Amino acid sequence: MIEDFEEIGKTARSPSELVALVEALIFVADEPITVKLLAEVLEEERESVQTAVEELGREYESRESGLQIREIAGGWQIATRTELHEEVRKFLKTRPSAKLSLASLETLAVIAYKQPVTVPEILEIRGVQSASAIKTLLDKRLIIVKGRKDTVGHPMQYGTSKDFLIQFGLNDLSELPSIEDFEDLVA
Amino acid sequence: MEQPEQFTFDFRESTAQIVGGATDDLKIKIGDFAGPLDLLLFLIRQEQANIFDIPIARITQKYLEYIRLMKRLDISVAADFLVMAATLIEIKSRMLLPRDPFINEDEEIDDPRRELVDRLLEYEQFKNAAGMLYERSTIEHAIFTRGPIESDDNNAEINASVFDLLTVFQKIVARHVDEIKMEIAREEISLADMLRTLKARIMELGEISMLKFFEEMHSKRELVTAFIAVLEIVRTESVKLLQAVTFGDVILRKIT
Repeated sequence: MIEDFEEIGKTARSPSELVALVEALIFVADEPITVKLLAEVLEEERESVQTAVEELGREYESRESGLQIREIAGGWQIATRTELHEEVRKFLKTRPSAKLSLASLETLAVIAYKQPVTVPEILEIRGVQSASAIKTLLDKRLIIVKGRKDTVGHPMQYGTSKDFLIQFGLNDLSELPSIEDFEDLVA
Repeated sequence: MEQPEQFTFDFRESTAQIVGGATDDLKIKIGDFAGPLDLLLFLIRQEQANIFDIPIARITQKYLEYIRLMKRLDISVAADFLVMAATLIEIKSRMLLPRDPFINEDEEIDDPRRELVDRLLEYEQFKNAAGMLYERSTIEHAIFTRGPIESDDNNAEINASVFDLLTVFQKIVARHVDEIKMEIAREEISLADMLRTLKARIMELGEISMLKFFEEMHSKRELVTAFIAVLEIVRTESVKLLQAVTFGDVILRKIT
């Protein structure tokens, strides 16, 4: 009997109601929220939640909303559109935040593509000590320790974090362009 | 001979261009090269040289000129720049050597520059990847999510009411009352006393177990004094330490 009741509860939601609910939950979530979690909270099938999220995205686009719904770090997020940054920034009174140094960016690139990677391996590629860059990246939570390498001295291995995906607008690591694409630009 | 100032100027311009097309917000000065490979790539580009056929003598000379200019060089990276300078000089000298006349013409001659070129090419990939990350983060910095709301973890402290504070305060007051005050007498055994005891014991018995001696101690303070006494007695008296098993008991024996 109770199960029947729940069944009725599920099917009672119209597609547009589900879109509204999905929108509300993505809005209140303080970090990208996965379809899995949405489906659990709403007690809905993942497929119908996925459809609702995509429908929401289309709605935003079709009415040229100031907001966009984007898939990032494996979850969904509501954010302002890039083109509106000047006005948003003016209101928030923020300036573009401190950028990473050249050394930190290079170190991050090596870690992103070669992970899990040790400090000596990073040195081998960059030809220069990366200790302070690694500290900066750890402090900014862009990289994390991914264990130790089974070799002499058991050096720590580093990899990128979920924050890395979020801050660089990636859904997952496979979205990074292939490293071979950066070849032969010097000649 | 070119002016050092000229170098500095060119350097800023060109390096700023290398980094993701960025302009003013990147203030790059001498010494801000990401590393020796970065400097080398810059020089090859500046000299409009072919990376697969690096004019090693000219590039080495330029490289050394730059290193001399790097007054603000970070001490931790200085060594890496110097290692590269040594590598360049080594390659240069190897290229000056006459080729072995007995090597078969058909055999591929090992170019001393080869390893360096491979490293440069690999480095260039990651340098470009860094530029890509730079662009991505610039785009991301133009996108904003909503501000934090009350339920977010970082706002947790706001959830406490005045009554919560009061409860916590009462607990602290209660704990304060419960605190038992008592005075603990400090046992003072001087190192001299301890030494005397230990010495007398060894002289009397010939040898004693260090473990047993330590077990007689009542406090951490006494133990420390006892330990120092053992070290002292071994140093100053005719006493030697013996240990039968690793990590086992240590015997203090009078040397006869």
